[in-house]
Amino acid sequence: MRPFTYERASSIEAAAKVAASNSQAKFIAGGTNLLDLMKLEIETPAHLIDVNDLGLDKIEATSEGGLRIGALVRNTDLAADETVRRDYGLLSRALVAGASGQLRNKATTAGNLLQRTRCPYFYDTNQPCNKRQPGSGCSAIGGFSRQHAVIGTSDACIATHPSDMAVALRTLDATIESVKGDGSRRSIPIADLHRLPGDTPEIETVLEPGEFITAVLLPRPLGGKHIYRKVRDRASYAFALVSVGAVIQPDGTGRVAVGGIAHKPWRVEAADTELPNGARATSRVLLADARSTGQNRFKIDLVERTLGAVIAAAKG
Amino acid sequence: MQFDTPATTNPIDRLKVIGRPIPRIDGQLKTTGRAMYAYEWHDSNVRCAYGYPLGAAIAKGRIKSMDISAAKKAPGVLAVVTALDAGKRKKGKYNTANLFGGDEVQHYHQAIAVVVAETFEQARAASVLIKVAYTEEKGSFDLKAAMDTAVKPESEQPDSAVGDFEGAFRAAPVVLDETYTTPDQSHSMMEPHASIAAWDGDELTVWTSSQMIDWWRSDLATTLDMDKEKIHLMSPFIGGGFGGKLFLRADAVLAAFGARAAKRPVKVALPRPFLVNNTTHRPATLQRIRIGAERNGKITAIAHESGSGDLPGGGPETAVMQTRLLYAGANRMTAMLLATLDLPEGNAMRAPGEAPGLMALEIAIDEIAERVGIDPVQFRIINDTQVDPEKPERPFSHRDLIGCLKLGAERFGWEGQGRPGSRREGSWLIGTGVAAAFRNNLVMPSGAKVRLDGEGVVTVETDMTDIGTGSYTIIAQTAAEMMGVTIDRVSVHLGDSRFPVSAGSGGQFGANSATSGVYAACVKLREAITQKLGFNSDDVVFENGEVRSGNRSLPLAEAVGPHGLVGEDTMKWGDLSKTHQQSTFGAHFVEVGVDVDTGESRIRRMLAVCAAGRILNPITARSQVIGAMTMGVGAALSEELAVDTRRGYFVNHDLAGYEVPVHADIPHQEVIFMDETDPMSSPMKAKGVGELGLCGVAAAIANAIYNATGVRIRHYPITLDKLIGGLPEVT
Amino acid sequence: MHPTQLEISRRDLLISSAATVAAIGIAGGAAAQASRNEMAYTTKLTFTVNEEGRELDVDNRTTLLDALREHLHLTGTKKGCDHGQCGACTVIIDGRRINSCLTLAIMHEGDAITTIEGLGKPDDLHPMQAAFVKHDGFQCGYCTPGQICSSVAMLAEIQANIPSHVTDNLNAEVAITPVEIRERMSGNICRCGAYSNIVDAIIEVAGTKA
Repeated sequence: MRPFTYERASSIEAAAKVAASNSQAKFIAGGTNLLDLMKLEIETPAHLIDVNDLGLDKIEATSEGGLRIGALVRNTDLAADETVRRDYGLLSRALVAGASGQLRNKATTAGNLLQRTRCPYFYDTNQPCNKRQPGSGCSAIGGFSRQHAVIGTSDACIATHPSDMAVALRTLDATIESVKGDGSRRSIPIADLHRLPGDTPEIETVLEPGEFITAVLLPRPLGGKHIYRKVRDRASYAFALVSVGAVIQPDGTGRVAVGGIAHKPWRVEAADTELPNGARATSRVLLADARSTGQNRFKIDLVERTLGAVIAAAKG
Repeated sequence: MQFDTPATTNPIDRLKVIGRPIPRIDGQLKTTGRAMYAYEWHDSNVRCAYGYPLGAAIAKGRIKSMDISAAKKAPGVLAVVTALDAGKRKKGKYNTANLFGGDEVQHYHQAIAVVVAETFEQARAASVLIKVAYTEEKGSFDLKAAMDTAVKPESEQPDSAVGDFEGAFRAAPVVLDETYTTPDQSHSMMEPHASIAAWDGDELTVWTSSQMIDWWRSDLATTLDMDKEKIHLMSPFIGGGFGGKLFLRADAVLAAFGARAAKRPVKVALPRPFLVNNTTHRPATLQRIRIGAERNGKITAIAHESGSGDLPGGGPETAVMQTRLLYAGANRMTAMLLATLDLPEGNAMRAPGEAPGLMALEIAIDEIAERVGIDPVQFRIINDTQVDPEKPERPFSHRDLIGCLKLGAERFGWEGQGRPGSRREGSWLIGTGVAAAFRNNLVMPSGAKVRLDGEGVVTVETDMTDIGTGSYTIIAQTAAEMMGVTIDRVSVHLGDSRFPVSAGSGGQFGANSATSGVYAACVKLREAITQKLGFNSDDVVFENGEVRSGNRSLPLAEAVGPHGLVGEDTMKWGDLSKTHQQSTFGAHFVEVGVDVDTGESRIRRMLAVCAAGRILNPITARSQVIGAMTMGVGAALSEELAVDTRRGYFVNHDLAGYEVPVHADIPHQEVIFMDETDPMSSPMKAKGVGELGLCGVAAAIANAIYNATGVRIRHYPITLDKLIGGLPEVT
Repeated sequence: MHPTQLEISRRDLLISSAATVAAIGIAGGAAAQASRNEMAYTTKLTFTVNEEGRELDVDNRTTLLDALREHLHLTGTKKGCDHGQCGACTVIIDGRRINSCLTLAIMHEGDAITTIEGLGKPDDLHPMQAAFVKHDGFQCGYCTPGQICSSVAMLAEIQANIPSHVTDNLNAEVAITPVEIRERMSGNICRCGAYSNIVDAIIEVAGTKA
């Protein structure tokens, strides 16, 4: 870990301004992913801006009948919130499917969205990785790729986004609120937040340098059955091989997003309309352009099978 | 003391302390965080500097040059020692790969430098500043491909053959010929390898995390090219080993070099992401098993061949050994092949040989039983043998595999096993499986010194280690039983090279051997007391804190006098293990659920029945077994070091990538010990149990998954991707 | 930023002059963005560990785990992986369990930290420690302090009705069951495999509490 200076931000605007003016600065909130990566010098900020004191730890009702979740709300608190449990059960379910009790107590809403891939080649600084060192190559292609993406990949990167929470937020059509370095504010639909790798896998979101997520907005509750099904090798404390987040109405219509298969939470709106026609029809649309490495071929079947289980559970 | 005739009645048989469920005597220290592990030693007068290792970034080749100028100038840096500075060292007797020194790179993350700084943070940051230029060489990293050029290993008996296997196999009415694979596995003990080294002139003190004090001391002396007597090594608490801390590791060597260069005590812990490729692992195996059986279930022909790989100079994973002893059958053969691989060093991990061997053999037995049409418990009973099948004149000292199978079947409710794929609860396909457990009982010379002081306190000193096995407690129990005192009057000091050399912890020989050493030392102490008092040695009794002979009795404290008395001895072993085959036995029963949609396998019930001689402490012995069962769950379902065959290393080299079982994977576990003793084994009449508990577990799970799904997987770990193709289609 | 941090910056590690620092101290938060380059690589902090006030001057990079182990010699908290993958470093902060390896010491100014040493002593065990001894909920002992700290805080999480992955009904009271305990304890790896006994120990403590 390289030496860094440290400050506790006193205002959102000040924090964003410092970050925008200094390419070596990073925000730190829970720190559970950033410090992990700093120890390995995969992240090497020269300055840390601690944003824990900005009062962004509240969950409030919005005038539109939705919910505004402060960026610094801890994963545990978000999962345990009564309104979230009642109206956005999918979000609670996705949160508690991730990480461990200890990590959820520190990890924040914005930090969870911005966590980086767990690709083991990204994590080993001796190995080529376009995401870590642009232009060096992708070791996962042709290497150990059982956990890697099967859709939206590029020749430069086949990493997945590891978040469970993001899958739920994508299903729920959340909106990200942010402040840019110049103090201006904007809203970003969750669908647009994460990028596909393309030729620049090192750029993972549409956030500008210094741009700071302040909150996540949930629209009005959807009703229906909320199901988050995470499939993994061990029973807990593991990243998803495949996960399915779905909200399904009594008539069988609904919406679905999939985790563990792409560089971002994967949702294809056209696939939602296939839900009443069953898992096969839905996954055919969801995974229309799927491309496996061989080692991760099983994920394509697994999405369909998991989707089948979710649809059956919604009926049951 | 030489143990060369079967044990008769001795003071241990009183079972006032031995055999009792006494909680660990180090429990209070461990649960309050006061037990001090290697990296934790501190003294207010000594400020340790911090060493941080750098590993090779390539798998095979030479270091062309190392530029340490930036690292040396980095804040807080006291010294940088490179492999080139250290030069090629003599290698320790037990190591295959070099730990440090010279320009040769034999495997990925082999240690090539240590940076010493005032703080951990400074040392870690500076280690990244070292620039290394390599000449990379082509290596061999793919076991399957390397088998083409594999050779017979140089170990004493790579092959065995009795009768006419090929002929009997051809003639058998029911046959099985299948190939099984087990992956490379990681010990993944919770405490990373760690050492503190402090020089005083030419004398070296090392606090470390070692299973085998004397092996480490010898090999450290060799590696540093110094007199063994000038090394003082201590390892009083060890945060798990499982074979990964049997042999000297780089942390101790780097700490010693770093401390010499920095002229300060230096502490080095291997960072977790570095540890996996830097240290040893259990090698992967490719196994072929052929079995021929009569229609009545009798095995007539059995063959087990195994191939594995290692660095040049290394050895094979002896996965065929149990097949020479476990089942009857007149015609048999085993063979091993060893390939050259330039992956990190393969070496012992808990139950080396038997653990991966039984992962294959006990699936094969399940398969042939099914082909014959006989219940798998019954099939194993039919093929039991009470003699070494290769040398029928050589009996087992004691063998109750049948008892384990029968009792286990009864307690588990085995009768209920249905046809494959026939039981379903909701989305779970339910199945049960069984496997035999088998592990040889080894003994090792073991010494101890026992002192009885003027306060009546018994103090035991031995370089034996407690890696979680319960050595502190069973040694205290042994001394208490022998000297006729309660356990709270016994103080145990372990893991120090100043103490008599013991068996150490490995090969499940530790408990039986080390307590036998303490037994021998206590016999000496009893003799000394008897002699001092002029008591008649024929009728002397040590009991209730007193020594008694005829109508004379004396409190022990008074008997030894104010200066106390000492007994010291080493237990040595005669040829009873040659005349009699000494092994431990068990049966594992498992119930699994397999998710019909996703193929996720989860364990629902586990039972182990073990026949392992006298159980010295049912609490610590049971913990050994449940722990081994847990490791078996990992072996069955998730553990695999993924090899990158292009770059030559284990890719998933941390605890996120290499998935060992977590709480949620493990149900309540049942363990039953057969009430038995083995007088051929030792005066303790005990045998090992820590490795037995692992042997067969993974196969029982594999068999249960087959029973649940009808899908037979012969390649571990049995992950969902291997299963879903065979599961019912989604509706 | 906190003005106190400026006063305590170690001079030898300051990048710029003391005068600049003082000026920023007066300017306060509004000038924080300009003060970046003038700040230090070490920070003085004050927190409470096991009900005892402690003052430290640490490298900013120091994790809470290393502050406890290397600076305060509270070595009961263990370093198993240093990357949030094992749980051996679990401590309790203001009632909540966290991985002390993935948080900076300097982010805990003013916090109240409980480590294994603060739960009980060898001659005065916390009920959870006593239950671990009784049920042999450990072997090598290295993950044990983390398991114990985690289990104490975990029971409090159930009491606070925080849901888990295995909670059936998100809108009902969470029950203390073996399945809930296993799921919630899964962030604490025990390679010796004492899980079955650990769950027995926790159930005993939970039962006597109820």
